[in-house]
Amino acid sequence: MREPTLFELSSPGRTGVTFPQADVPLFDLPDASLLREDLPLPELAEVDVVRHYMALSKYNYSVDGGFYPLGSCTMKYNPKINEDTCRLPGFVFTHPLQPIETAQGNLLLMYQMQEWLKEISGFAAVTLQPAAGAHGEFTGVLMMRAYHQARKDHKRVKMLIPDAAHGTNPASAGMMGFEVVTIPSDERGNVDLKALAAQCDDTVVGMMLTNPNTLGLFDENLQEVVRLVRDCGGLMYADGANLNALLGIVRPGDLGFDVMHFNLHKTFAVPHGGGGPGSGPVGVSERLADFLPTPLVGILEEANEDVPPLYGFITPPQSIGRMKAFHGHFGGGVVRAYTYIAMHGAEGLKDVSQYAVLNANYLKARLQKTYKVPFDRICMHEFVMEGRFEGTDIRALDISKRLMDYGYHPPTNYFPLIVHEALMIEPTETENKDTLDSFADALLKIAEEAHSNPQIIKTAPHNTPFGRMDEVKAARELVLCCWLPEDYDTSQ
Amino acid sequence: MTYIPISPQERDAMLAEIGVNSLDALFQAIPAEHRFPSLKLPAALTEMEAASLLDEIAKSNENLRGDLISFLGAGMYNHYTPAVVDHVLRRGEFYTAYTPYQPEISQGTLQGIFEYQSLMTALTGMELSNASHYDGATAAAEAVNMAFANFRGKRRKILVSGAVHPQYREVIRTYTQGMDLTLTGDQPQADLPQDLLPLIDADTALVIVQYPDFFGRVFDYTGLIETAHSQGTLVCVVTNPTALALLQTPGTMGADIVVGEGQPLGLPMWYGGPSLGFFTTRKQYVHKMAGRLVGETVDSRGEKAYVLTLTAREQHIKREKATSNICSNQGLLALASAVYLSVVGKSGLKQVANLCYQKAHYAAQQLSQIAGVSLLFGQPFFHEFVVRLPKPVAEVNEHLLEHGIVGGYDLGKDYPGMENDMLVAVTEMNTKEEIDMLVEVVQEVLDA
Repeated sequence: MREPTLFELSSPGRTGVTFPQADVPLFDLPDASLLREDLPLPELAEVDVVRHYMALSKYNYSVDGGFYPLGSCTMKYNPKINEDTCRLPGFVFTHPLQPIETAQGNLLLMYQMQEWLKEISGFAAVTLQPAAGAHGEFTGVLMMRAYHQARKDHKRVKMLIPDAAHGTNPASAGMMGFEVVTIPSDERGNVDLKALAAQCDDTVVGMMLTNPNTLGLFDENLQEVVRLVRDCGGLMYADGANLNALLGIVRPGDLGFDVMHFNLHKTFAVPHGGGGPGSGPVGVSERLADFLPTPLVGILEEANEDVPPLYGFITPPQSIGRMKAFHGHFGGGVVRAYTYIAMHGAEGLKDVSQYAVLNANYLKARLQKTYKVPFDRICMHEFVMEGRFEGTDIRALDISKRLMDYGYHPPTNYFPLIVHEALMIEPTETENKDTLDSFADALLKIAEEAHSNPQIIKTAPHNTPFGRMDEVKAARELVLCCWLPEDYDTSQ
Repeated sequence: MTYIPISPQERDAMLAEIGVNSLDALFQAIPAEHRFPSLKLPAALTEMEAASLLDEIAKSNENLRGDLISFLGAGMYNHYTPAVVDHVLRRGEFYTAYTPYQPEISQGTLQGIFEYQSLMTALTGMELSNASHYDGATAAAEAVNMAFANFRGKRRKILVSGAVHPQYREVIRTYTQGMDLTLTGDQPQADLPQDLLPLIDADTALVIVQYPDFFGRVFDYTGLIETAHSQGTLVCVVTNPTALALLQTPGTMGADIVVGEGQPLGLPMWYGGPSLGFFTTRKQYVHKMAGRLVGETVDSRGEKAYVLTLTAREQHIKREKATSNICSNQGLLALASAVYLSVVGKSGLKQVANLCYQKAHYAAQQLSQIAGVSLLFGQPFFHEFVVRLPKPVAEVNEHLLEHGIVGGYDLGKDYPGMENDMLVAVTEMNTKEEIDMLVEVVQEVLDA
């Protein structure tokens, strides 16, 4: 049963939250030509609104509700204390432009967060400004461009990107007008060194590498890859989407990377919020530090015996500029992640990655006799298997939909593009063995059904509030709001 | 403390299934000399200790809800958020879900965004809205990308009024530095709409103005938009959603794109973010627009339902040919603004806008009665206005702070020659007593 929309529920004259009468003398409104005639918003009582959203919430699958092994998305449990800390009035009710002397708590927290992320990643400097992973990537690519421009090295136009990369990598490079050169993977799932070497010349801006890559594999030739790119004057970009495999395991900065974005909403348990907001801080090596976006948080006046340091904003000398208004996703992003790191410490973070890798390898071990895993190696925090069976026409999409009937969110499917019918599974460290076993059992059962009762898979899901969607109709008819645009009189 | 639900016995059983004998053995692919660095981080805290630490840090700020009285706006505003909003956001079903890629089990998020899109078109008077951008400034930068793509890069000039928020203008400059286009009009001065007219030509892809502008002034942009359209140029209006409860919509004026900061719609100030950038436009640009879109369809059981649509525009399909690399929206905050708009509704939002208007006008009247203080502009305004003081704003604000008042924004920070000009914001949160106190202290400072 579909829940009616807010507009369908609306009834003229109903009111929700009201506000006090004005306590000042009244002034005339501007000329009528500057005023709108009608405000076509819904009219609802508070209880109507609560029931509506409660009804909608029940249609959502969530981490709080169950296992969400969405590869590359790191759907780990979101600790409840973080929801409380980020809502403390000292954080919620501070204005980004209020005097820095009155916001030293925020600035101290941001400063420490920069320092912690530097320590975790091995980079020389960190900006907290980017709003999301893709935004961090864009920031990184802008800095790579600025670095070469500052050296008057204008011939560099080629961005090297492995075929297993996230779609955002080529999109970010494309936004800068760079020429994207795709580097194939070899038979062990590593970057093909020969193909890479053939592209390494003085027109290379750099390379954007996800490591562990989107197959969940740590590149066994990483040091050689880094050497080849750096030797031709290129910069190494690390896509930090998969950092959940590396906390306390290895620091990208130590491996020779120049720049990496963090996804606080993946690695550091900031909730995904149904698609955002994320938070995408960026770490850089010494040679890119001067190009970071403005502002960074620094110490303006050192501490002495009597006074703590004064924290404030600083602009790097060759900054690429400002990536968004104000200072980044502070409250909903940085405060939650800060709480998470403070509670884990160094050992706790290492546990996070070790158990994330344990869980992925355990699931892989349970499934790989039945589902083909194209690269037979120890994986990192996720792995990719093929969602198809000899002699059936069952596809990854069908398996995904059938998994919903068993009560699970499906894995990422059809990514990476280099694996046929890819199912990309990332269990994260916050799942117990029983959950992993039940999930593996469901996938093994589906493999049986593929032969015994393929129709039940083809027509899945059956036990969900809604069935498969007509995506073609949505794209053809483009109904994008509660009324059809042609029915809506914009003069109102 | 960690959140790992695996016992040592279970761990050992799992290692045995994998065929290795320790956790460390899973990491042989990592170069040995860099494997297992010891991180210098503070010792791990329990939940009790972390709660207390964060409480202490938060309390070392002076907040604008009890500690200080504020007349600061300049792009982020101190409004009241009804309790319902956060109660809905705290539902784990909403905040612990991912992007709704599997619509059969994501209808809550999808319908929520669909309704958000509808509410934003209603507010702006436009035909369609996407699912949101990072903030108002990046939404304005995406308008540039869209206009640039609309003319397939053949028009290379973007005209930005100096009366657009300075940080928005900075972001547009940052975003476009690899695009080989010319930004004009982007000077630190309080442009009037007519100042822009001579700069619009056949090479201009987009004009960006703000409504009310950064100085709080309300202009009817109908004439400017007509002039731009006569050159085939698109117009983007950056706007404040609260003001649109009262003022004529940019859609009615003929705008092609309307963007803005959604924070006033019940979102926390949170020291600047995360917030929400809304982006609305005309139907004809739907394929050129970045960002997610939710559309209506039916499911296999014939039930009306919602899906992410036109995803072929997005980065995971188009890769380097995509106009934007965006792969998220501000989902939860878009939901928050929709809850806000539905619970204050038609009458509540009008009340909020009217309170802002009345209180701001009272404050402007009282301040301008102080000897030596005047309103800098004569245009109509909504809830923000500029007063010229006989002393630098920085000096006046320092004194105000000693009395527990955060004064208005110091325009001298962005506009040379405006060091004595203060941008004052007043919302429904400011009582008459607070306004009177502001006036009294400004008077006192100027007398001193």
